[in-house]
Amino acid sequence: MTVTVRLFAMLRERAGTAEISLEAPDLSTVAMIESILVQRYSGLADLLSKSAVAVNRAYASRETVLHDGDELALIPPVSGG
Amino acid sequence: MIQDWIELLPHPLSTASAVEFVTASTAGGIAVFVGITRREAGASGELVALEYEAYADMAVEQMHTLVAEARKRWPLVKTAVLHRVGRVAVTEPSVVIAVSAEHRGPALKACGWMIDHLKIHVTIWKQEIWVDGSTSWPGGNVVGPSV
Repeated sequence: MTVTVRLFAMLRERAGTAEISLEAPDLSTVAMIESILVQRYSGLADLLSKSAVAVNRAYASRETVLHDGDELALIPPVSGG
Repeated sequence: MIQDWIELLPHPLSTASAVEFVTASTAGGIAVFVGITRREAGASGELVALEYEAYADMAVEQMHTLVAEARKRWPLVKTAVLHRVGRVAVTEPSVVIAVSAEHRGPALKACGWMIDHLKIHVTIWKQEIWVDGSTSWPGGNVVGPSV
């Protein structure tokens, strides 16, 4: 399956990209996708531990199972206003 | 008639437009909060601007939820919640919240509550741009399903 990973702020800067299209095994969880990302972008590991995740624009947990076409957003601490 | 104006904007925010939007014949009070990029001195010299980015789809949904929650707490007439994306120079506004109500109390309380909650929940980030061209990320608020 293919999932779209969206990265913001310092995560985007560390990865050098705002969006990654990722091939992953069917029934991968958010945590499994994160471990694939950390293998490719080792600089993300410490930031991910402080980040929330959202699947299709709703907050999710690391155990959430992803499906083909899902959008996984990695959301570091927010600082709007 | 549309009662709430909620938008992320890539160009300068007009406080006057927000106030005009929330003005209504039934509203006796309007409260306004304007968040501004302020001058600051850091290790890299003066701050020249803040660069804002958003997870736009989610942020706009969250801003709608924010207004809905405020309307549950206080009787409001109209609201405007406008936030910049892109570069906001010192003295320019990054956020404008305008709230009208029949009387001043609910307008003032809702306006304060909305900016407090926007800052800690909505998926928007700022990067500091310093005079020497360097950049930094200020500390933010950890978000998630429990908040």
